[in-house]
Amino acid sequence: MGVKTKAPAIEQGAFFTTRLDAVLNWARKYSLFQYPFATACCGMEFMATAASHYDQARFGAEIPRFSPRQSDVLWVAGTINHKMAPIVKRVHEQMAHPKWVIAFGACASSGGFYQNYAVVQGLDRVIPVDVYIGGCPPRPEAVLDGLIALQDLIQTRGPTGHTGINPRQTKEVLLLSRQ
Amino acid sequence: MTAPAETPPITARVEEKFPGAVTASHQQFGDETITVAKDQYLAVMTLLRNDPTLKFNLMVDLSAVDFLGQSPRFQVVVHLKSLSLGHRLRVKVGVGEDGPEACTLPTISKLWVAADWYERECFDMYGIRFQGHPNLKRLLLYESFVGHPLRKDYDIHLQQPRVELRPVRERYDYQNRNLTDPSETERRPL
Repeated sequence: MGVKTKAPAIEQGAFFTTRLDAVLNWARKYSLFQYPFATACCGMEFMATAASHYDQARFGAEIPRFSPRQSDVLWVAGTINHKMAPIVKRVHEQMAHPKWVIAFGACASSGGFYQNYAVVQGLDRVIPVDVYIGGCPPRPEAVLDGLIALQDLIQTRGPTGHTGINPRQTKEVLLLSRQ
Repeated sequence: MTAPAETPPITARVEEKFPGAVTASHQQFGDETITVAKDQYLAVMTLLRNDPTLKFNLMVDLSAVDFLGQSPRFQVVVHLKSLSLGHRLRVKVGVGEDGPEACTLPTISKLWVAADWYERECFDMYGIRFQGHPNLKRLLLYESFVGHPLRKDYDIHLQQPRVELRPVRERYDYQNRNLTDPSETERRPL
């Protein structure tokens, strides 16, 4: 019987080493509690995505919390006008860190086709935004793609968020943004 | 289709009661439209509400139109319906912006309670003050808003934010296909 040079558990692959933040980020991205801030028709698409047919719970983003203090990600689904802006800003401030924001649909991303006295020209004029989902309204597939993009963002960049950079941006846009 | 030979009934009734109050009228698809003088507006509306042959017991809509550059500048349009007699009427009244009674009109919220919020919205968007209104303040916009946004001379790009807006660091200029900094180029007010 020879002398063992390694612990038997390692040889059998019973555990492996990694970085702590990678594990934490993995846990974070699969346990997103959501605050749906639905102001317009995009809210219906959010409901369609969360319901059983598209089943957002598959991605760990299962429970809508209607208290910002219990939420990790703020879904702003719909038009944000100047009358509403202080409210969405206050909701965002009440969320505990780490927190992320998704601009859901054309209106929340850029004001959409509204350019007038009432509508904020993009949610990022009020609060920092991590992921923008295009569409008027976006289909549930696009919403899930945005959610997966946010999960990639959390895994790669950790709890800081607020970068405004979509990891799924095309190479062209990324190159342009570095200029 | 025969040519309209005589004055349609609602217009005729109003002209019978208030000669000269109706300055213009027409009829289309069986519904009549009358334009009334501003000083007779409240009296005509009271007649339309209470007359047994008219009985307009439902105020459907009240809004305004801004004819910038014309006189009178504004036109308030009221849609009425009689649920008991089944007929409808559109009443227009011109509201000028000159003189001591500029941009004012008597309220009809005493006749139809539903007109309360319509007149507040009309004040909010056009700045037309309805005299005698019980609570004439902004309905949709916030109190700190300056001006009336549906007026044609309101700057279409002017926004009045209530929170400090974050700066836009980079914006992709789709027409020139490059990134521009709005603070340098000043392309538009906001």
